[in-house]
Amino acid sequence: MKKEELNFARNERFQLTMIPSAFVKKMRTCLVWQFFRFMVINIKMLIVVAKSH
Amino acid sequence: MARLVVLGGGVAGHTTATFAAKWLGSGHEVVVVTPNSKWNWIPSNIWVGVGEMKKEEVVFDLAPVYAKAGITYKQALAVSINPEGNADSDKPFVTIEYTGQGKAGESETIEYDYLVNATGPKLNFGATPGLGEGGQMGEHTVSVCTADHAEHAYHELQKVFEKAKNGEKQKILVGTGHGLCTCQGAAFEYIFNIEHEANKAGIRDNLDIKWISNESFLGDFGMGGLHMKVGGYVVSSRLFAESLFAERGVDWLIGAHTSKVEKGKVEYELLDGTKGEETFDFAMLIPPFAGVGLKAYAKDGSDITDKLFAPNGFMKVDADYTPKPFEEWKASDWPKNYQTPDYKNIFAAGISFAPPHPISKIMESPNGTPIYPTPPRTGMPAGIIGKAVAASVYDLITKGEDAHLHEISMAEMGAACVASAGKGVFDGTAAAMTVYPVVPDFEKYPGTGRDTDYTFGEIGLAGHWIKHILHYMFIYKAKLLPGWTLIPE
Repeated sequence: MKKEELNFARNERFQLTMIPSAFVKKMRTCLVWQFFRFMVINIKMLIVVAKSH
Repeated sequence: MARLVVLGGGVAGHTTATFAAKWLGSGHEVVVVTPNSKWNWIPSNIWVGVGEMKKEEVVFDLAPVYAKAGITYKQALAVSINPEGNADSDKPFVTIEYTGQGKAGESETIEYDYLVNATGPKLNFGATPGLGEGGQMGEHTVSVCTADHAEHAYHELQKVFEKAKNGEKQKILVGTGHGLCTCQGAAFEYIFNIEHEANKAGIRDNLDIKWISNESFLGDFGMGGLHMKVGGYVVSSRLFAESLFAERGVDWLIGAHTSKVEKGKVEYELLDGTKGEETFDFAMLIPPFAGVGLKAYAKDGSDITDKLFAPNGFMKVDADYTPKPFEEWKASDWPKNYQTPDYKNIFAAGISFAPPHPISKIMESPNGTPIYPTPPRTGMPAGIIGKAVAASVYDLITKGEDAHLHEISMAEMGAACVASAGKGVFDGTAAAMTVYPVVPDFEKYPGTGRDTDYTFGEIGLAGHWIKHILHYMFIYKAKLLPGWTLIPE
């Protein structure tokens, strides 16, 4: 059993959703990938801010 | 010389007053009336509530900032509005009661040419038996709504953590303290910060952490949920939120009206009418919001509060308040210029304006108990509305009473939300979300009601860095340090 899949068994409701894989979790703290995402999110947020004024 | 009086010094009031003072210059007067001596960057109260920040890091003194800006500052509660003056004078005025500046308890009247109501909400703890009395938090639960509350929450949380470290199983309950609460996002962020801290402390296995909320589904957030682009799919925020709860092992109770709070126990009623109890060792329950209870009087002294304010105490503005079924709600119902219909020199900004209807679908249990989130109007929308109102007042003063008012509807406005889990620069994560527009417009965006190019969410360090940047950037802006006007709301 993969560690990230253990939570599916902890609660019946958990079985009806999705739980991130170890790879997805790793990418959440991968500095290179996150720096890229930081730029993308900032650009998107700036566009939302600009559209809102 | 005209005088603008701003009631409230939170995000909306502070933004209105500081921009108005900058644009109007010394030829006109801006007065701020707020019972608080300090400004609070509320989103970071979450970190105070888990001990990752000190209270002093999220607040600063207002008096020197207003002195620098040329704003007259009165540390006082607004009590009433006389929009037509009184028997002695036609000049409109507000009555205030000091809470500081060496004049606590003293009353005063302030005449105005323009008035902006940005008092924010009353934290209505008294709406739920046992949650508190009136606006005062009770002894059984904690809150993170103010910096003082958050500091208190941290101390109480520490007690539970200590017991868990000693091997005792502890139950933590976080969510909403009434069926008509808003601000689920703050509770959402707090529960995952607690979970993160528990993991860090190595006590997660001894903590049963549970969510209780008035949302009919996880991820409603008071906005009726949203559809966002994630991993190449357009998915409901329900899936996004449920995934996060399952990943962190946090169980949930939704569609719940917290009907009573006692020591270590809440009673609740669910949307299907069933009633139940939930025990806890530590509970952070957000109270419902209400207007602050401002009264209004006509020239002859008669009470005209219901003319200016909705029954929930929020101020009526240029919205369409006609009651109508959910299917007939339209984006165009929402206000655009925030001017009161009966008095053209009074505006409301931020959470103080009465929304025409909720964004989430109105629901009630078979017993008739309303259980649905009320609409959020805090944060980015409050700041944007505050600036638009300041621009309108500036134009009215400098161009005359026929000046065009600045318009910005929450149906044409986005919001950015960053919900952290932890505070470390390299080990924390955050759910970064934007929603555009806040109020869904199904005529413009059939299907989801929103622009899915700009309604998105993802979890990671990047959002976490943004949360850090927002903390320092908005405190910098609120202190009016060099270049503050360049930082958007």
